[in-house]
Parts: sequence; C-alpha cells; structure tokens
Amino acid sequence: MTWQNSAITITTLLPIVGALGILLVPRGDDRLVKGIGIAITGACLALAIAIAATYDYSAPACAAPPCLQFVLNVAWIPVIGARYHVGIDGISMPLYVLTFLLGFLCAVYTGRYVPEPGRIKAFVALTLLLITGMAGTFVAFDLILFFVFWELVLVPMYFLIGVWGSANRQYASIKFFLYTLLGSVFMLLGFLALYFSGPVDALGKHTFDLTALTAFGAGGGYTHLFQLVVFGAIGLGFAVKVPMWPFHTWLPDAHTEAPTIGSVLLAGVMLKMGTYGFVRIALPVLPQGAVAYAPWIGGLAAIAIVYAALACLAQKDLKRLIAFSSVGHMGFVMLGIATLTTIGIQAAIFGMVAHGLITGMLFFCVGSIYDRYHTRQIADIGGGMAEIMPKLSGIFAFVAIASLGLPGLAGFWGEVMALLGSFSPNTSTVAGLNVGLFRAFMIAGGIGTILTAGYFLWMLQRVNMGLAPERWKDNGFQDILTVEWVSWVPLLVLILVLGLIPSIVLNSTEQGVNLIVRIFGG
Amino acid sequence: MTIDYHAILPVLILSSTIVIVLVTDLFLPPRHKSASMWVALVGVLATLVAVLSLIGKGDRPDSFGGSYQVDAFTIVFQTFFMSAAAVVLLISYRYFREGGFYQGEYYFLLLTSFLGCLLMPASRDLLMLFLSLELVSAPGFLMAAFRKSDVKGNEGGLKFFLIGVLSTAVMLYGMSLIYGLTGHLQLAAVSDGLQQLSGAKETLANAAILFVVVGFAFKVSAVPFQFWAPDTYEGSPVPVAAFLGVASAAAGFAGLLQLMFVAFVHEYTFWVPLFVALSLVTMTLGNLVALQQRQVVRLLAYSGIAQTGYILLPFALVSADPSINHSAFQAAVTYILIYGIMNLGAFAVTTAISGQRPLLRIEDFAGLAKTAPLLATAMTVFMVSLAGVPPTGGFWAKLLIFQAGIQRGGVGVLLAVAMVINSVISVGYYFLIPRAMIFEDAEDQRPFRSPILVTAVVAVAMTALLIIFVVPNAIYRLGEVTSLGFGG
Repeated sequence: MTWQNSAITITTLLPIVGALGILLVPRGDDRLVKGIGIAITGACLALAIAIAATYDYSAPACAAPPCLQFVLNVAWIPVIGARYHVGIDGISMPLYVLTFLLGFLCAVYTGRYVPEPGRIKAFVALTLLLITGMAGTFVAFDLILFFVFWELVLVPMYFLIGVWGSANRQYASIKFFLYTLLGSVFMLLGFLALYFSGPVDALGKHTFDLTALTAFGAGGGYTHLFQLVVFGAIGLGFAVKVPMWPFHTWLPDAHTEAPTIGSVLLAGVMLKMGTYGFVRIALPVLPQGAVAYAPWIGGLAAIAIVYAALACLAQKDLKRLIAFSSVGHMGFVMLGIATLTTIGIQAAIFGMVAHGLITGMLFFCVGSIYDRYHTRQIADIGGGMAEIMPKLSGIFAFVAIASLGLPGLAGFWGEVMALLGSFSPNTSTVAGLNVGLFRAFMIAGGIGTILTAGYFLWMLQRVNMGLAPERWKDNGFQDILTVEWVSWVPLLVLILVLGLIPSIVLNSTEQGVNLIVRIFGG
Repeated sequence: MTIDYHAILPVLILSSTIVIVLVTDLFLPPRHKSASMWVALVGVLATLVAVLSLIGKGDRPDSFGGSYQVDAFTIVFQTFFMSAAAVVLLISYRYFREGGFYQGEYYFLLLTSFLGCLLMPASRDLLMLFLSLELVSAPGFLMAAFRKSDVKGNEGGLKFFLIGVLSTAVMLYGMSLIYGLTGHLQLAAVSDGLQQLSGAKETLANAAILFVVVGFAFKVSAVPFQFWAPDTYEGSPVPVAAFLGVASAAAGFAGLLQLMFVAFVHEYTFWVPLFVALSLVTMTLGNLVALQQRQVVRLLAYSGIAQTGYILLPFALVSADPSINHSAFQAAVTYILIYGIMNLGAFAVTTAISGQRPLLRIEDFAGLAKTAPLLATAMTVFMVSLAGVPPTGGFWAKLLIFQAGIQRGGVGVLLAVAMVINSVISVGYYFLIPRAMIFEDAEDQRPFRSPILVTAVVAVAMTALLIIFVVPNAIYRLGEVTSLGFGG
C-alpha cells in the first residue's frame, strides 16, 4: 500500500463508504447527513487534487496510449479474466478532478437546498453512489470494470430524477434509464467481441485489459469489417450518453425534470462519460472504424450544433433551454473528436471540462432562480431580474456569456479549437478524411456559434433586462446566499482562469492526445 | 450392487424428516400445527450439512450401479435446493399459520417435492431423472390447489395437473423410445448408443429427443408450453408459487442440462435450432406479456417465463467445440443459481405484502418505501437484479450468457442481441414495482407490520446479491467446477 497504488482506489470508493455510513445515521438527524456528505466529497476533492499535484507530468511517453500512473492492477474475477485495473493519465486527470469538484459543490449546495420531498438520507447516499460511478469510469482500465462503473450511475440517477424531480419526473426518469441502458447493452456486447477477437496470452487466455487491447487494436489487430461492426455497437452506447443528435431526446426531459444538483452532475460530468469513451476506447482500439465513422460523427455533430441552437431559440422553459444548449456544446466536442487531429481532440477534452464548469454553473443559477420565482417559464419571470436581484442576474449573465463562447472565458477555447481542427482534419491516414466535408461542418459550426450567441443574449434580454413585473417586486427575494457563493465561486473563478490560461488543461492532456493521434498517423 | 451411504446421506435424512413431519402432525394439538415447520426446517438444515460434508471428498459415482452420482454438479445443486427449501419453509410459516390451511400436510408435500429436487442433480439415468421429476411435480399439483375455497386456486391446480401429466406422458414415451433404440438408461451409455444410430433409427431417435425436450419444456414453462404457469402461480399460495418458480423450474433445468449436455450432446445439430427458437420465443413473449401485467404474482410468472428464455439460450449455443459447450454450461448453471436468489427474494417480499394486501396488485405496493423501508429497498434490489443492471448480482448472471453467445459467434451473437434487447424491455415492467413503492404514496399510511422471518430471509437475499456484485468470482467458480465431465 503506497500512495501511488492506493490513491485512486481510496478516492474513487470513498463516496460508497460515506453512503453506507449515512445509512447508519438515525432518522431525523439531517444536519449530520449533510455534514457527512460535505465531509466525504470534500475529502475526495482534496485527494483528487493531491493526485493531480503528485502526478508526474514530465514522465516520458510510452509506446502506446494510455500512459498510466497511480496504477493498481489486481485479479478481480479470474474466471472471466476481468481485473481490477485502475490508473490515471493526463486525459483522465481534468475529468476526474472535475467530477469531485462538482460533487463537492453539489454537497455544499445540498446543505441549504434539499429538493422536495426531503428524504435527505437517501438523497445524499444516492448522490455519493453516483459520484463513485462517474469518477470510476474515468480511471477504469479494464473493460468490465469500466462497464460496471458506467452502469453504476444509472440506478442512482434514475431515483434522483424520479423521486426529487419536478412535475413530469416519472416519465423523464424511465426514459433516461431505458435510453441509456439500450445504448450501453450494445456497448457491452461490443466489449465482449473485443475480448474474444483480441490478444491471447501464453496460456491462451483472453483479456479485458484496455492497455493490452489498445496496443493490439492500434497495431491493426482487428479486421476492417470487425472494426466497422464493433465500432457501431460501442459507439452507440457512447453516442446515447453524449448525447449525439438524433439520440438526444432523453436529455431535455431528464435535465429539465431532475433536481438542481442532478442536472449539474448530469450535464457537468455524466455526458462526458460518452465523449471520454470515444477518446479512450473507441478511437484507439478501433482506429479503422473511427476513420470510417468520422465523417458521420462529424456530420451528426454539425447537425447537433445547428439543431440545438434552433431548438433553444424556441424554448419557453429556462431549464429546458439550458438543457438543449448542452446538445449543441457536446456537438462541438464530438466535432473535435471526429477530426482525429491533435487540436480537435484537445479541443474536445477542453470543451468537456469547460462545459462541465459552465453548464453546471448555469444549472445552479437556474435552480436558484426557480427557488425564488417558483417558475421556470421565461414569460412568467417576465424580465427585470437585474432590478430585483442584481448579483444573481450578474452572475447569470457572466455564465451565459461564457457559455456562448466569449474569448477570455473557458467556453471559447473548446469551440474555436474544434472549428480549427475541422478546417484541417486528419488526412494523413491511408483513407484520410475529406477536407471539403469537414470544412462544411466547420461552416455549420460557425453558424451555430452565431445562433448560440443569439439565443443566450435573447434569453438574458428576456430574463435580466426590462422592468420587473409588479408581482415579483415586493416578494422579498433574497439575492445570492452565502451557501450559493461558496458553491459557485470556485466555478466562476475556474471559468475565468481556464479562459485566460487554457494551458492548465491542455498541457495535462497533450501527451495522451498525441499518442492517440499517432495511431492515425498524425 | 454397492451403496455409498455417505453419498446418499442427504437423501436418507430428508426422507426420514418427511416421515417424522407426517407423524408428528398427528400428535400436535390444532393450535400448534405450525410447529411442523420447525421440524421440517431442522431436517432441511441437517440435509444441507450432510450435502456440505461431501465437499472435497472426490466424486462418488458408485451408488446403485451409477444411477445416483455425487460430483460437483450434484453438490452445487443440492446445496442450492436445500437453501431454497429453507427459504420457502421460512416464508411459509406465517402465511400458512394465519391462512387456515392444513399445515402438517403442506410441509409433508413440500419436503417431498424437495426430495425430488435433491435427487434430480444426482440422477444419471433416464429412469432416475423421470422419477425425480415426478417426485417434484406430483406434490406440486396438490400444493398449487391448496387454496381450496378459491376458484382460481382450483383452476390453477387443475391446469397444472392436466398439463403436468400430459407432459410426463410425452416425455416418458420419448424415454422409452431411446431405451428401445440404444438399450441403455445410463446417460453416458445413451450418448454413445445414440451416436451409432443411422438412417431411420436416427430419425426415430431425433423424434424421441423431441418428446423428451417437450416434456421438460412444460416443466420449465418455455413458450409454447407456458400457459399453465401464470394461472397456477396466481392461484397458488404465494410461498408455493415461490417453490414452483424457483425450485421446480431449477430442478427441470438440472435435468435438462444433464440430458442435453451429456446424453444427447452429439445430436446437437438436430436440437440446437429447436432451442434457438424456444429461447427466442420464450424470452420475447414472456417479456411482452409481462409488460401488460398489473398483478404482481402474474408479473413474476411472466418474468419467470422470460427468464426461462434466457436460461435456454446457452443450450442453443452447443456445438462441436467443447470449450464453447463448457462456457454455455457454466453460464446456464450460474444463471440458475443467481436467478434463484433474486426470484426467491422477490417472492418472499410478495409473501410479506400478501398478509395485509392480499390482492397483490402493483398499486398495493405503493408507498412501501415509507411504511416498510427494508422490504422496499430489498424489492428494488431484486427487481434491478432481475433486470440485470448493476449494482446487483443479476448483472453477472446475464454477462456470462452474453459472453458465451459472443464466444459462440454466428447464431450466438444474434441470440445475445435478442437477449440484450429483451433485457431493456424487461426494465419496463420490473421497474413498475420500485416505482410504485418509492415514487407514489399509499392510501394506507400506517406502518407496515413486516413479518420477522420473511424480513430476515429478504435481508439475507438482498445482501447476497450485493455481495455477489462486488465479488462475483466465487459464484462463477461454482459454475466452472460443475462440468459434468464433458469437455472441461
């Protein structure tokens, strides 16, 4: 047991320990439950930062991705050859820290806001379970372990939406569950196919180890037809999670109905599991499949960007608007991935982190707005929020502008780098990508950014500006509370800092991304 | 003829218990008839100890000329059946004490059925398999109709009886043909004998195999031989439905596994397409009809049919490659074991609820998360597990079947795809119950009186499923060791 081999395990599984501890708390002691939630997620965040601080960023590159540190690789299910293999590299690092950052901030927020109908014990315990599932996905390097963490998020999120959601919660929760389950079971079959067609060791045993499978797949171990079929199966699971257009229909419902912290974690972390899966598994293990599908992924991404922007223009519900904006932002991430270039995949990972911070923050804002107005309808809010709550409206405007991609804030880099990547996609592989096609995607993306700016500014105009309706004026709405400041300031600061110094993330991910792109001859 | 008394010790203990239960009942005063359960329970636990004492003592193939054999397969299944017996006894206690039933007779019949279960995995010739199966079924007919004043109980019992007898006759006819063709009853000898047949005799042998399969298909309620199951389950006392859904079905599979993977294995080109169709139709129809159900026992009955379809899938993967056969066999055994735990748990919760909400509609489960949190949590775990979703043991059960399907390739991949789609469909009805329990409020807000024995059983089953989720290797090992001496 050293820091190197135990840090990831302790950090990832600590929330489960906390959840079990919460079950032992006597009924009615809500303060203790909230305290445990904050303490556990806080400890996890501290550990994750410590991992990030003690990670050796200058370690020499390995022959093939992933270049892992903090590895623990022990036998788990010898009968089927699945191992407990966890570790972390520069690509996982920002996402892993982001998970615990948002988890901690959500726990803090829960200290003040517990959604109806209470049941705080179950609420905090499920949130902790969810955090373990999400964090584990980013550090699992055995396909079965990855899948277990991947599926672990489903049940807690189902209950978070179904019990603590708003009016249409039952429909939204089961739709979310069925949709993502349908995608992921095909992914599981794809994993099993990778296993049986993959490398065999001296004893004739197959392996689920992602490092071995990546080396095998990157070296052209899988046949072309196999790659096409299996990339389709695995990609479907990831695509539903992202969600890529046209698999996105669960997202507006789930985000809109979920309680505030459910939306924050959904948008902030869970969607990234899908895009991470593409970068970590689908691309490096099945490179020929990736090249074949890249134009389609790029095309769907371009459609998503434009479609989401148009849909946002039509939304009357503030939270639904933010939810649809996620579809567009994830479209930029997928466009970056589809270019198969260093800059594009760098853009994708940066975009994931930025979107996690910004959209998480937007959902916090919308949650707090709803908490005051008890309506999410833009028409009912009726404008003038700047008059009633100047600080909240100021922050809301700041985050919305960050989300539309203003230079100097975090949202800018992911979008502009994705468009740059799209201008010159990876043409160095045997088949290569069609430059003209990707430039068309770039133009669509450019139009999308303009529309995005349009709907966000129009939203701000309708919510913040103008004169406040009489009925809201004397309700004694409190401007931002202390607990909100505490849970929001870290996000606001990071949105600004990553906007000014994007290299914080890009330096971490560069080595890993280069290794992946090298598979494609880039 | 030699008799290995240690090997048959479990059978001896359980048989004696049956007689003791029957006789003690005569001397028990009416108010204390429920004491029979404790007598039966002690006997079952003693049997379990006797089974466990055979572990590590090597294979014991010598009793009754090889008709009764003890190996890993026997021990795993006998342990499973005796644990299931203990569970069914415990959940029966209050139900039968307060329901105005004949208790001594019930426990006698139940143990007799479990004696059949106990014999089944050790039976290595056609005659013993037939006897074991009948020993499981015949008391089942009576127990299914134990709610004498209930029309549904009578209907269910009668259907079960008529169809059971018919299927037995068909199966016995098939077995007699096989005996006539090969001159052997022992499974290994039958396997060799069938291989040497050709021409018209081979055709006749195939017909005989078909008859035997049809007989077992009735027992495990595979479509199109399933229509007795929902009515019988619904009409039976809930603990009897638990017995039928878990132990009786598992006994059918324990027999079918031996027949298909040992006796008839060389004829796989004939019967594999049959199982492909059986498996596909059974899982799909079971799931689609289950979606329509609003009564929990009927829902569990159709869910059981769908699950039968999943367990039949590995049979459809049998090929000339022994390593694939081994994976398929292991997948089936593991699935049956895990399925037994989660299904027994679900029936146990249903038994607990039936005391105060005898109609057992889904809306009768509403609000249980508040009034009976432990039962509600456990039922949620069982339903999630039956759907095969982490973090529960049911996931590993399904994974092994998917894995065997992908390993087989070709038709195996198609079956695996069909099964994953069915798994997703099944969420549509499995989640109805947690949804009612957790998302909705009950009309009756009074605290629910959870019977202590049932609650204990439920807690153990839930814990087992969660532990299996974290460390699945142990239960995978059980599947791996039970190779029945073929290929592996």
